[in-house]
Amino acid sequence: MGKQTIIPFGPQHPVLPEPIHLDLVCEDEKVVDVIPKIGFIHRGLEKLIEKKEFTDFVHIADRVCGICSFIHGMTYCMAIEGVMNIEVPPRAQYLRVIWSEFSRIHSHLLWLGLTADAFGFENLFMATWRIREHILDIIEETTGGRVIFGASKIGGTRRDISNDKLKDILKELEGIEAQIRECSEVFLKDSSVKSRLVGVGVLTKEDAYKLGAVGPMLRASGHDYDVRMSPYAAYQELDFVPVVENSCDSYGRCVVRIKELYQSCRLIEKAVAKIPEGAIETKIVGFPKGEYFARSEQPRGEVVYYVKGDGTKMLKRFRVRTPTFANLPPLLKVLTGCQLADVPILVLTIDPCISCTER
Amino acid sequence: MPIAKMTSSVLKILGKKPSTRAYPFYKRPAFKDARGKIVIDIPLCIYCGICMRRCPANAIFTNIKEKVWTIDHFRCVNCKLCVDVCPKKCLSMESDQALPSTTRLGPEPSLKK
Repeated sequence: MGKQTIIPFGPQHPVLPEPIHLDLVCEDEKVVDVIPKIGFIHRGLEKLIEKKEFTDFVHIADRVCGICSFIHGMTYCMAIEGVMNIEVPPRAQYLRVIWSEFSRIHSHLLWLGLTADAFGFENLFMATWRIREHILDIIEETTGGRVIFGASKIGGTRRDISNDKLKDILKELEGIEAQIRECSEVFLKDSSVKSRLVGVGVLTKEDAYKLGAVGPMLRASGHDYDVRMSPYAAYQELDFVPVVENSCDSYGRCVVRIKELYQSCRLIEKAVAKIPEGAIETKIVGFPKGEYFARSEQPRGEVVYYVKGDGTKMLKRFRVRTPTFANLPPLLKVLTGCQLADVPILVLTIDPCISCTER
Repeated sequence: MPIAKMTSSVLKILGKKPSTRAYPFYKRPAFKDARGKIVIDIPLCIYCGICMRRCPANAIFTNIKEKVWTIDHFRCVNCKLCVDVCPKKCLSMESDQALPSTTRLGPEPSLKK
């Protein structure tokens, strides 16, 4: 046994803008133990529920995370709709699917770019983010915001997309998909990319289940678990089948995310083909009384929302379990025993979003 | 064959126009209905303070006695809630973003009647 050294990693680190701190206990170049520390950007958003009306809190729930913002807002709305037994109109359900999938595409492209940047492939990073820019333009045109959509509303959606616009979106999406195909060739076939991903950070099927991994981390380890399979929004009408990989390593997680990009394009196409006419929101009457758990699938995994109301316009309690929080124990598992040079790429494979973990 | 493939991509890129815009000389026009900046039609305002109470970021300050309505554009999170709740419909949202300022996090000068 060699001499042990502790190398601090983060919260400010060139490869990772997310403020997570890891104390890496190393023997030579090998990491033997990891001590994590989070809590650098706690904003107290859960406490704020006592100060803001439950209808206005949608805008704060939207801002829990900067990347999966729409899905956060939507899940909060789903939770309140569950407490108050509100029926959401079908058109709003389909619009929620369309925006959720756009959110997923832009988040996965962001992840691919950051990963390319982490293993030093600057060109690929810029190429993926160039594609992401087209997606952001579509989002801004349809919702009014680039990353914070602000389109969720309890009982439906705030904005509608006209049928002509939906057709234009499909045309644009075709072009974008061709560009994604070109980029993903490099991720999947290039030998320099493979040498950084294949066999790195193996999380076995049993470990992934036992440690409670969620999202692409879980699906890359061979479990077909995706919250979109349980009916919420309009997913039950779109024949959703989750993407599963069995390689259990970082490459598998990359493949899952790339396949999910195509899957999201298919889901948007199906949703546009099936979207019914009609109202986009139900009027809400009264105040929430009771408690409810709502779940949905974010780009990073399963998010759980808990709300509790006592019949007044302010809620009593609000709690979020974000996917990154669930993915921290599997991260520590894959970090133990890895090479020091692989630490940034392994931290990135869980797609960390520390700001929503700490809220 | 990688050399041939690379040469063809290089030639293809040489014939293309740049992917980025020459920013200060060309600014992309904002999308219609994009959430940019809150503006107020001050003669219509009754200083009821609903926007101040409902604002998620506490960016708006109103005072009914002194007839003051101010907004701190750096605090504003562009959620457009105040536009939705305004009883007199005197608030509206421009699609252009708020401009940078030389003062740090200061509200706009008070708007008085």
